[in-house]
Amino acid sequence: MTEHAEENLRNPVRPAFDTPCTEDGVIVNIGPSHPATHGTLQIIAELSGEKVVRADVHCGYLHRGFEKECETHTWHTLIPYVDRLNYCSALINDFAYCDAVETLMGVEITPRTRYLRTLLSEYSRIADHMTCIAASVMELGAMTAFLYLMTIRDWIYEHLADLTGARVTHSYGRIGGLAHDLPEGWLDRLAQILDEYEEYVGRIHGLMDRNRIFIDRTRDVGVISTEDAIHWGFTGPMLRSTGAARDLRRDTPYLAYSELDFEVPVGINGDNYDRYYVRMREMDESVHMIRQLMQLLPEGPINVDDRRCAFPEKPLVYTEIESLINHFKLVIDGPQVPAGEIYLAHEAANGELGFYLVSDGTGTPHKVHVRAPSFVHMGGLHKLLEGYQLADVVSTFGTVNMIGGECDR
Amino acid sequence: MNQELLERVRTRLVSEGREPEFAHGLLALSLPRPALLDTVRLLKGEFGFDLFLDVTAVDWPGRDPRFDVVFHFYSTRDHVRVRLKTAVPENDPVVDSLVPLFGSAAFMERECHDMYGIEFRGNADLRPILLYEGFQGHPLRKDYPKEREQPLVRYRK
Repeated sequence: MTEHAEENLRNPVRPAFDTPCTEDGVIVNIGPSHPATHGTLQIIAELSGEKVVRADVHCGYLHRGFEKECETHTWHTLIPYVDRLNYCSALINDFAYCDAVETLMGVEITPRTRYLRTLLSEYSRIADHMTCIAASVMELGAMTAFLYLMTIRDWIYEHLADLTGARVTHSYGRIGGLAHDLPEGWLDRLAQILDEYEEYVGRIHGLMDRNRIFIDRTRDVGVISTEDAIHWGFTGPMLRSTGAARDLRRDTPYLAYSELDFEVPVGINGDNYDRYYVRMREMDESVHMIRQLMQLLPEGPINVDDRRCAFPEKPLVYTEIESLINHFKLVIDGPQVPAGEIYLAHEAANGELGFYLVSDGTGTPHKVHVRAPSFVHMGGLHKLLEGYQLADVVSTFGTVNMIGGECDR
Repeated sequence: MNQELLERVRTRLVSEGREPEFAHGLLALSLPRPALLDTVRLLKGEFGFDLFLDVTAVDWPGRDPRFDVVFHFYSTRDHVRVRLKTAVPENDPVVDSLVPLFGSAAFMERECHDMYGIEFRGNADLRPILLYEGFQGHPLRKDYPKEREQPLVRYRK
């Protein structure tokens, strides 16, 4: 025991209840340091036998002051922070943020960037869904399925590292474009990975879809109706699993989605199995979209020709005083975003990822607020847990795909 | 996007003496505090804005009233958004809670209370959510210094 042990260590949370409401009720604490809570969530549950009667969900263990930090950075230099919101699909965060700033500035991105961003968003979505499915089935004991999915996901990560230089947090988006264009042969490898994807995901279907154990653990567990899901603010696969075909890519098309042919898969009764299956089908749709985008991808520049946000070419910076000053101004002062406010949302892997930005007309945001799908989903998580078995907490929480980075910010 | 519906909402709000305007694809409206709950009821009941997306605040130090509380709503039927904004002063940062109308408001109001100290009248559970019990101050207020640290467990020497 050290001297610090003497200190009065306060409990960081105050439970909503500390006395059982049923006669045989027992209150247990689950997490935050537990493999099945993905390290950052705490659930205080009242059990009656094996049944969860009440659940009090606490998050915030990964809070790192993202929004505060943004207020001291230029619009450009906070992009790496944005990556760390949903770190399973960092590119979607990048592009949603850049899109919001560009819309506020009135910048229209080039066609090639528009298609590339769409392609990379879908590619990230596959990686994100794979992480979710892999983790949730592994927690139910499906180690083989986990390894198959992780194999593909790692190929995707390595492939994205070829493009961006980083496996997970890519920082690839730029206001007005992208960091750089595709390296040579990147699309060929993409086609290969998509073919491998089909082979591997076919195996997952074979292992899981009609697996008795898997069905028993997921069917009719964690059920929520469409009405309740909307009441609790659910979006994305969580909402679609209840049967509501609500998808921002279809409903309010952005980037190049209006030109693509794709379906919005929905579930039947909003249980864990449906959430698994909706994600599996969405990955197929993403592959279908990526194949179309590979055909559609036009040649041309990736950065806009707008000196308010895009950096001048390096040779010009070294030879021309105007470009040199421009470069310095963009680095030191940041892009000058006109005063105003904007709420812009993209369909991220987990649901509606909204950026609410307030600019006071300088190179630094006055406010950056993120409407993170995971955080809102945590607000309704207790509805999915109450009335089911304690062991179902693991299976339900897995299919909700809570990402600590965006939930806690 | 269903512009026609937004136009109808706008006409209706104008008839109630408000001044909504279109901004970046959504309808934005500033309104006085007492009108908030009724307007939200109107939007939800009559125009089908059934998804409560977000609530947050914006701090304008030196301005009176100091805070803007900002709400975003979405209609899952018509695929349009509305933003409501209401100003609250520093010495009385209270707005009505939307918990009676939307379950999702509970968590988001807790976050806003954490970060800005906005009180939501009618939300019985404003315990800290991203912060911890006993945290002093409201970190997203502009006068909270970024460097200030309040560790629960003392740093190792």
